[in-house]
Amino acid sequence: MDTTADTELNKSEGVTERVTLSKIDQSMKWAGIFFVASSVVWLMIGTIFALIASIKLHNPNFLASLEFFTFGRSRSAHLNAMIFGWANNAAFAVALWIMARLCKSAVRHGGLLLIAGIVWNIGVTIGVFGILTGGLTSVEWLEMPVAVTPILALAYIMIGVWSVVAFVHRQTGHVYVSQWYVLGGTFWFPWLYVIALVMILMVPARGVVQPITNWWFAHNVLGLWLTPIGLAAAYYMIPKVIGKPIYSYYLSLMGFWTLALFYNWAGIHHLIGGPIPIWLQTAGSVASVMMTIPVIVTGINHHMTAVGNASAVWRSPTLRFVVFGAISYTLTSLIGSAMALREVNEVTHFTHFTVGHAHHGVYAFFTMIMFGSIYFMMPRLLHKEWPSANLIYIHFWTTALGITGYVVALTIGGWIQGIQMNNPEIAFLDVVQNTVPWLTARTIFGVCITIGHIAFFIHFFWMLIGKTQPLNEGPTLLQRESDA
Amino acid sequence: MKNITTIFLVIFSTLAFSWVGLVLSSHLNLGGLEPTTAELDEEGNPIEGDTLNPQPLSGIARTGKDIYVDQGCIYCHTQQVRAKGFGADFERGWGDRQTVARDYIYQEKVLLGTMRTGPDLANIGARNPSKEWHYLHLYDPQATSQGSIMPPYPYLFEVREIGDTPSPNALQVPASSAFAPPAGYEVVPTERADALVEYLLALKIDYELPEMKNSQ
Repeated sequence: MDTTADTELNKSEGVTERVTLSKIDQSMKWAGIFFVASSVVWLMIGTIFALIASIKLHNPNFLASLEFFTFGRSRSAHLNAMIFGWANNAAFAVALWIMARLCKSAVRHGGLLLIAGIVWNIGVTIGVFGILTGGLTSVEWLEMPVAVTPILALAYIMIGVWSVVAFVHRQTGHVYVSQWYVLGGTFWFPWLYVIALVMILMVPARGVVQPITNWWFAHNVLGLWLTPIGLAAAYYMIPKVIGKPIYSYYLSLMGFWTLALFYNWAGIHHLIGGPIPIWLQTAGSVASVMMTIPVIVTGINHHMTAVGNASAVWRSPTLRFVVFGAISYTLTSLIGSAMALREVNEVTHFTHFTVGHAHHGVYAFFTMIMFGSIYFMMPRLLHKEWPSANLIYIHFWTTALGITGYVVALTIGGWIQGIQMNNPEIAFLDVVQNTVPWLTARTIFGVCITIGHIAFFIHFFWMLIGKTQPLNEGPTLLQRESDA
Repeated sequence: MKNITTIFLVIFSTLAFSWVGLVLSSHLNLGGLEPTTAELDEEGNPIEGDTLNPQPLSGIARTGKDIYVDQGCIYCHTQQVRAKGFGADFERGWGDRQTVARDYIYQEKVLLGTMRTGPDLANIGARNPSKEWHYLHLYDPQATSQGSIMPPYPYLFEVREIGDTPSPNALQVPASSAFAPPAGYEVVPTERADALVEYLLALKIDYELPEMKNSQ
């Protein structure tokens, strides 16, 4: 076997180590497969609703007589299917697996984890169906009917507790940065979720305290849950596949604690100019700008580890996606900090610029890292290789080009929309019509991304159900070593 | 930093810190706001006999708000007017004044919104008080606003055969509309459309609050 980049069988890792990891992988097998399979199914459901919602914004009469698919519901079904279905299931699988491996601690009672996962997915199914049938709450990122939320909170805790169990039973002395991120994320999310539910939906706070709580919550779902899990995965995958340690231990520490300190104050930037005290808006802007510290620090750490290994990055399916995600994290975060400045926000607020930015974060950063992580994880859980390098090519190029085009289109279109909206000389209906070409472009790039998702969907289930392929042919790479 | 208790405490306190700073402090600061009069007496109390504002919604408008919520109108329409000089809310005629925290105290669900694919609706009831316009606009936005990208809501209306005489509340749908009824048929609003229009007409920022004197 040659020493290819995408294999763990490095000389540095002894046989005992490989046996330990293999046992851990086995303990996570069924729960891992369940979470990833669920996430892939939700990805397809979320994609369908994304396309419907996107088409409706330039062809409003499309499916207009079906209440089930009206824009407000379709876009909310899309968001919730993607966040709670795709992103959370993928995050559970990747985060718990990384945690178990780094702690050298096999998952105990994996059956319970599987049950918790089933409960979670039943909850998301009821929630998304509820949104489509009249239960939409119109609270951003908390759209599901209140009745289903306790199920989700409970299931989350039952799943998240596995990261704590693994950590408590860890067999290693050293604690790696990915472990902090996973612990942080799994602690933060349930608290955020429960507090937001109580203060907004169950015992609603008075007046504008609701939107303040809403944005404290919603931005933190990104900042204190998806971001830590995405970063944990990048911190794990990049050095693992390249086979050299992370650039700086000190920087990783600094990146984590500055993120923990600043990110959770930043969400108020969604209410700049709104009917809330100015000092709160300022606090949101300050924290958003302070976020440049963890972002730059983490960026240096990721990119300095990957730099100089371009051929390894290019050859490995995992690293192509993960490094794309890590670069996107740097970009989207710096743009996000700029958007919190009052002068910039005056233009971008209330426009499609923000929608583009949200997809830059959740898709170009988080989702791409999850794709990469799944490419790394599944062969180790299944003891099979990915059957087709071509499908990985299709998946990578359609999603990478698709999301890039998507973000560029909405960034330009949204900026124009903002400038024109702030100019009262231009009639509002003209502003709306000037967004249509950009919204149409969004649908085209969305179709491109959809092709990638179909390729991924087929590939995943082909690998899962298909015949075992011998591992000794080596991992599926995107380029032969001799071409590199 | 290897002890789970320490890590847990630090992770807990960072989130608790922002919750206290952003959420709890807002709750203490704004959670006790009461309706008041446009002018205050010398001690800063509402003047007796003057009208207290804001006022709660009527029953049917509340029902209408539920429809606004379950259709997801918030995803394209805000309900907040920003200060003069920040954006063009004022110049576009979306409100005569900035909205403030007190305007929202009676709303069991506050629908500030973050997206303006369509215009702001904080003051739509005062800006466009025509019921007929709102019915037709909801039934087919193209009929009132050519080129709009708002979704039509035909399912909030009933298309039925005209009886002996046309219904008094039947919509005047132009023949060019993609949703124009066939000959002999008419379009009448369902109860849901009635409630939704009632809610839209109730959205008004047509009163003064004392804090406005300190701003602008």
